[in-house]
Amino acid sequence: MLCDHCGKHPATTHIKRTVNGKTTRWNLCAQCAAEQGLTPSFGGPGFDLNDFWGSLFLEPAKRAPEDTVRCEDCGRSFKEIADLGRPGCPSCYLTFYDRLLPSIQRIHGKTQHTGKVADKAEETVKREHELKALREQLAAHIANQEYEQCAALRDRIRALEEGDAP
Amino acid sequence: MTVKWYQQSGADGDVVISTRVRLARNLNHLPFPGSMTAEQRECVIRQIFDAFPQDGSGAFRCIRMPELSQWDALSMVERHLISPHFISQPDGEALLLSPDESVSVMINEEDHVRIQAMHAGFALDEAFTAANCWDDFLDTRLHFAFDDRLGYLTQCPTNLGTGMRASVMLHLPALQEKGVIQQLANTVSKLGLTIRGMYGEGSRSEGAIYQLSNQVTLGITEQEALENLKSIVVQIIKEERQYREQLRQTPALEDRVYRSLGVLQNARLLSGKEFMSLISHVRMGAAMTILESVDLNCISSLMIDAQPAALMQDAGRELDPTERDARRAALVRERLK
Repeated sequence: MLCDHCGKHPATTHIKRTVNGKTTRWNLCAQCAAEQGLTPSFGGPGFDLNDFWGSLFLEPAKRAPEDTVRCEDCGRSFKEIADLGRPGCPSCYLTFYDRLLPSIQRIHGKTQHTGKVADKAEETVKREHELKALREQLAAHIANQEYEQCAALRDRIRALEEGDAP
Repeated sequence: MTVKWYQQSGADGDVVISTRVRLARNLNHLPFPGSMTAEQRECVIRQIFDAFPQDGSGAFRCIRMPELSQWDALSMVERHLISPHFISQPDGEALLLSPDESVSVMINEEDHVRIQAMHAGFALDEAFTAANCWDDFLDTRLHFAFDDRLGYLTQCPTNLGTGMRASVMLHLPALQEKGVIQQLANTVSKLGLTIRGMYGEGSRSEGAIYQLSNQVTLGITEQEALENLKSIVVQIIKEERQYREQLRQTPALEDRVYRSLGVLQNARLLSGKEFMSLISHVRMGAAMTILESVDLNCISSLMIDAQPAALMQDAGRELDPTERDARRAALVRERLK
């Protein structure tokens, strides 16, 4: 078996890790294992998944042949993120969501946040919900030819789209 | 002078030295610290400094890391106020520190903002409440990067979701002596937790001190992660106490505690390693009331003040290893006499 990291040398270090019932396996050669800080005396407690993030990405088969999509905030491509082993900015996660998801799933065992919601994010979510409701009302009024209510609804929709709090 | 959290012992102080909760946050539309320009770093520092109260008794100290001397910065690592990673490249980094040093905010570490709350003893709820309160405070003034699916967006994907790392610093001399730490590490890793040495990632255990923290941050609420950690800590405390009672039955334990105290009270040179090993025995002896003359608060303070950078900070100059060992021995003799 060849090393999962370099793909050149025989794998002599085998690591199995289970987090929340999700098992991940790595097979590394002596050199790559040493680079990751996994010496022969390694037994588990000092193991740090951070070090593995770079290698998690280094799966040539899974990379798209053409890397034309770039993050609109920092300009980074998926290949650059994989080479550096880290995203350039928060927006990278949204731009490359589908391609990063398998690695995220491997790290956490889950992919849906359930904890605290940022205040500003909550406002955005609320705003989106209200916009959706208002647009539906507007469409209904237009369909029923009730034009007198439409102007007020349009004003409210425009104000929300421009960033007013709900 | 305000008593600092690390000069005291808290709940379950016989086994739990301290508790820490850290929240990782980033500002929207700016690159992560690993990819920022000097101007962008400065822009983040300004935004965070401006958001914090600047005057009054609760005012935070605003510290630009390049302005600190090397030993001032290192002694902050020794007090667990900042990470070792934070001082490796101080340019473009800053720190906010509460007067009692229980809350610190690292700016431009691995993430733009890392809010950290510390507490003596076993106090996960208290530490979380403090960190969470400052997070709420900043959240109303800044725009944190957040996604409905991935939660708080952090530079390292291992922190996605809650961005919360809760750690409990444990003194486990009896479990270490029984040789079961490895087994414990294997067990907790199956429960989404990790056990490390005293200064976190990549550090070794000194004086039988270990840090237990949550590893998984996505798909779990802050409360669930804290409860999970809490239940494991409770079990570890119980096991450590049981093994200590078993050790109490042997004359070797009492002998070792008194010998260690004897060396600490009389040595003229003490290396950091020897000090940690001896103080660990004395701490266990004090916690088990074998030693009644030494209290845990005194030991907690000493374990911070006898670290290398703290000694240099006290001396106000660089010390070579022999000078440090001599000063450490003098300090220990003074405190334990």
